[in-house]
Amino acid sequence: MADLGVDLCGLRLRNPTMLASGVLDETAATMVEVARAGAGAVVTKSVGMSPREGHANPCVVELDVGLLNAMGLPNPGIEYFSEEVKAVKREGVTVIGSVIGGSEDELAAVAALMAAAGADAVELNLSCPHAKGLGTEIGSTPEDVERVCRASKERVKVPLFAKLTPNTSSISNLARAAERGGADAVVAINTLKGMAISPEARMPILANRFGGLSGPAIRPIGVRCVYEIHDAVEIPVIGVGGISTGRDALEYIMAGATAVQVGTAVWTRGPGVFKSICDDISRFMDEYGYSKVDDMVGAAHDTRP
Amino acid sequence: MLRVAEHRDETPWTKTMRFKDAVDARPGQFVMVWVPGVDEFPMSISYVGDRFGITYQIVGDGTKALSKAAEGDIVGIRGPFGRGFSITGKRILVVAGGAGIAPTAPLVDAATKKGVAVRLVLGAKSSAELVFESRCAAAGAEVHVSTDDGSKGQKGFATGLASSLIEKERYDSVYACGPERMITAMADICRKRGLPMQASVERIMKCGIGVCDSCALDGKHVCTDGPVFDLEQLEKFSELGKTRLDRTGRKTGI
Ligand SMILES: Cc1cc2nc3c(=O)[nH]c(=O)nc-3n(C[C@H](O)[C@H](O)[C@H](O)COP(=O)(O)OP(=O)(O)OC[C@H]3O[C@@H](n4cnc5c(N)ncnc54)[C@H](O)[C@@H]3O)c2cc1C
Ligand SMILES: Cc1cc2nc3c(=O)[nH]c(=O)nc-3n(C[C@H](O)[C@H](O)[C@H](O)COP(=O)(O)O)c2cc1C
Repeated sequence: MADLGVDLCGLRLRNPTMLASGVLDETAATMVEVARAGAGAVVTKSVGMSPREGHANPCVVELDVGLLNAMGLPNPGIEYFSEEVKAVKREGVTVIGSVIGGSEDELAAVAALMAAAGADAVELNLSCPHAKGLGTEIGSTPEDVERVCRASKERVKVPLFAKLTPNTSSISNLARAAERGGADAVVAINTLKGMAISPEARMPILANRFGGLSGPAIRPIGVRCVYEIHDAVEIPVIGVGGISTGRDALEYIMAGATAVQVGTAVWTRGPGVFKSICDDISRFMDEYGYSKVDDMVGAAHDTRP
Repeated sequence: MLRVAEHRDETPWTKTMRFKDAVDARPGQFVMVWVPGVDEFPMSISYVGDRFGITYQIVGDGTKALSKAAEGDIVGIRGPFGRGFSITGKRILVVAGGAGIAPTAPLVDAATKKGVAVRLVLGAKSSAELVFESRCAAAGAEVHVSTDDGSKGQKGFATGLASSLIEKERYDSVYACGPERMITAMADICRKRGLPMQASVERIMKCGIGVCDSCALDGKHVCTDGPVFDLEQLEKFSELGKTRLDRTGRKTGI
């Protein structure tokens, strides 16, 4: 039987799948349920210094190619959320705390509180495409990414991940900047900025007008981003975007991802998707003669057509 | 987007909106209703099948804007979503408080059509706020009315009337929808009596499709695991009747 365990920046994960930030992770009880359903780790909802209600409804548009969302980063604030993190930790679940901030100092302060609450790693969300003053707005240039990562790195002892936006001309440049700033891993990709219009209502459907596209439609973009980043940096890459089967996850792993995150597929396939992805990967490894996941990481780079 | 076929007042604060279209849904399932430019919110389906419909109380900006829609206007509908009621047994008791009659009226329709004997306890604040009394009677249910102020039927809460019916007659199953304290009270009665029960529960809902965690209840989700839960699950909820999440995800007292 293949070993699905992976080592990510010193964290030992029982399998390479994690719940992506923003999906079924606002409450401790839900995160624990998702971990029980098979996720190797959970990434929390992105949390900031103070509570946010998020955008008005409609905040999702269901598409046949994926999902368009503008939740608007609703979160209860880090002080309240620390108790949720502690409750998840008490159940023995590996938890990565996603954080947001309006400036590098605020982000670093939230990151420090997230680590103090017991998060096993901290993920900086530098890539939400639809919240004013947060996300992409502090992570769209290499200079910003480097500065922001450095500020947080000084305040956090646990591994620091930088989650990058694909809404840029060169994600490799952002990844290099994150590495220079001291990030221990990069996460790619967040959603792509998009819009859906109702012709009948003559207006964009999302209350926020534009939002982030996720799901199967963005997988080729995510795989390409991870492939490029793997060539550009030494630190590990975590792949995310449109993964719903083991084969999808293997694309990311062979492009260079050490681990993967799954968000939108929880909508289409339920929390059971994690176990199903792991079973697929395990069968593949047995059939193709891989004994550990690490042997497949970046494998597609060795055999260029 | 669907066109409004009919929009009528049930009470001064409650309206029913029906559409030309059919929706294949189970009683207890809900749709997300989009009033363009205003809001999108969950509403139980009060008429399933042909010319499906919703029945709603006007409580805030979204429902106020919806109440202004005229016949022929367009409204966005996503769904149907969630787990509805399942009809089991030969004799059932349905307990509906206030707007709780919206998902339970189609349950009464479906159960009577199947030949199940239905007793309905219909509770409201006053006689002016009773909805679907004649609809359910016409479907063949034996309707028992209670009003908080005694203006019609038995004075008091629906739970009082329901528990006296349960003492008199054996039911195979009990169904409840209404204020949360009514649901928890019915759950207590059913547990003591060993009666199977299903209830429809509400929480603040954003996505409606099981991704955002806004409607979480002890790790379950009202939009995908519910809104109808059975007694076994209701008893496991530590938050039911006590707390709910606000729009930021903080637990607040009910
Ligand atoms: C599965 C489900 C089915 C429902 N079915 C019906 C129905 O058949 N008939 C009916 O009248 N109402 C129903 N509701 C409640 C209905 O969704 C709210 O009354 C509506 O969202 C209020 O919108 P608003 O903009 O008018 O009010 P707002 O200004 O948004 O709020 C007014 C009040 O309603 C509460 N509320 C707001 N949004 C929700 C929500 N999503 N869920 C629960 N409470 C909320 C607020 O806390 C506040 O007290 C249902 C709710 C759920 C979750
Ligand atoms: C409803 C929803 C909410 C999201 N919220 C966040 C968030 O709070 N922080 C974040 O970093 N990413 C957020 N994302 C992005 C996901 O974590 C992920 O990067 C993206 O959806 C691509 O993966 P997927 O196709 O598997 O969903 C969200 C995505 C969705 C669909």
